[in-house]
Amino acid sequence: MPKGLQTILVMILAFIAGFIIMSIELLGGRILAPYFGSSIYVWGSVITVFMLSLSVGYLTGGKLSLHKPNLVTYGTFFGGAAVLLTPLILWANPIMETLFLQIEDPRYGSLVVSMILFFIPTSILGMIAPYSVRLLVQSTHGSGHVAGKLYFISTLGSAVGTLATSFYLVLWFEVNQILITMFVALVAAGCAAILTGKKFQVETG
Amino acid sequence: MKNQRAPTVWSQFKWHIIFFVAVAFVIMVSDLFAQNGVRYIHQERSLYRNIVVTEDSNRRCMRFTITSRIGQNQSCRFLKNAQELVFPYAKMTLSSLLVQDNPERILIVGLGGGTLPDTYSSMFSEAEIIISEIDEAVFRVARDYFGFRETEKIKVDIGDARVYIKRAGLRGEKFDLVILDAFNGEYIPEHLMTVEFLEEVKMLLPDDGMVIANTFSTSRLYAAESNTYQSVFGEFFNIRMSGTGNRVIVASMQPLPDRNTLEDRAPGFKRRLTPFGMDVTRFPQYMSRNINWDTSQRILTDQYSPANLLNN
Repeated sequence: MPKGLQTILVMILAFIAGFIIMSIELLGGRILAPYFGSSIYVWGSVITVFMLSLSVGYLTGGKLSLHKPNLVTYGTFFGGAAVLLTPLILWANPIMETLFLQIEDPRYGSLVVSMILFFIPTSILGMIAPYSVRLLVQSTHGSGHVAGKLYFISTLGSAVGTLATSFYLVLWFEVNQILITMFVALVAAGCAAILTGKKFQVETG
Repeated sequence: MKNQRAPTVWSQFKWHIIFFVAVAFVIMVSDLFAQNGVRYIHQERSLYRNIVVTEDSNRRCMRFTITSRIGQNQSCRFLKNAQELVFPYAKMTLSSLLVQDNPERILIVGLGGGTLPDTYSSMFSEAEIIISEIDEAVFRVARDYFGFRETEKIKVDIGDARVYIKRAGLRGEKFDLVILDAFNGEYIPEHLMTVEFLEEVKMLLPDDGMVIANTFSTSRLYAAESNTYQSVFGEFFNIRMSGTGNRVIVASMQPLPDRNTLEDRAPGFKRRLTPFGMDVTRFPQYMSRNINWDTSQRILTDQYSPANLLNN
């Protein structure tokens, strides 16, 4: 498959992943507030869980990139993240209600809820970054350059996602409408990667 | 070859630097002293905000600040007569006694300088008063600089009011009067403005319970807020006075009394409320049931609550 096409596709998808990670993180504080308040520890819980799940995601994504890295696997990360985002959209309230009743201390209540709602989808989203690097790296010499470009594009996505969500999206849409849009975007991104991967697999294979 | 010394930044820009430092110094000093004789008694940075206590010849105030110049006074007390209420909104709140009298259990969200708990406690000495305050520093400042005290009857719960109210509802607690007076320096926290939150508040009210909310009468948020309260409580009293940006909402579980009833009740309260610096007989005219806002504005929910963005 043409390298230029793959580079552009991976860059766009890395941008989308960065956008969605930070957008969910911001909405996380909003989702938890009705049950655990908006005190500093609620943000502490949300940020802790995101950092933790990203670190696990980086590790796993890097490991998976060792075995025949390809666009189809890459696409399933997006699809998987979309599927694992559905509990947050469908069952956030009953989950929070149950834990609110179980755990008196809002610090640990918010931490446990964050783990349940955000840990798995964010871990999957974290796998995208190292896997992207592997897909684009062609030589040891250029690996730093490729990694730098990918950090740049995905962190730029995170910045845009943070700004868009906090300045505008919450003003225009409901929290769940934003999450459903992200679900659709992840599915679309996954399909794009898988279809492109399959097409060139068939042509070259 | 003779080594010529390059001109340093200092030698080149000496007078510019001295000028800027002098200007900065003058601004700092004038900022400290030139605010109409206002003295800074105490400043503290808490987890949530900067708290400043100021005093002039007349009154002492607690302010949540953004910068040293920008910020709103959250609570003020007169130095000579601490009982007299400084803010119109506190008087508007108290005038709600015309709607419902004799609360035995009161929940106040937002402590500030402790003016409202002290006022209600002096009127209803037997009433149990619970204050939900998120910021422990506000509690300390109220105690150290505004004479606020916890007693057998007055208790402060440090934590988020949304959490306190949800748990109190689950325990089946009831409060005859709930006063919502939480401000974060900018406006009311977003999760304390939604339909779901007000439903939780409603669960705390007995059949003759009443909720009072201190809000602002600002533009777009005014309508959204009004529609939200109306969707939960139905008709409510809107108390507004000229010369203040505050609007106090009074919603009751009972049907609201008409204007004549309020006017008939007022003289009976006049003597009791005079020590707080208000003539309650003037208040029925400020209490309106008219819908003077855009009813098409979207109500605020946990899913949609960009309150502070709307407020701008």
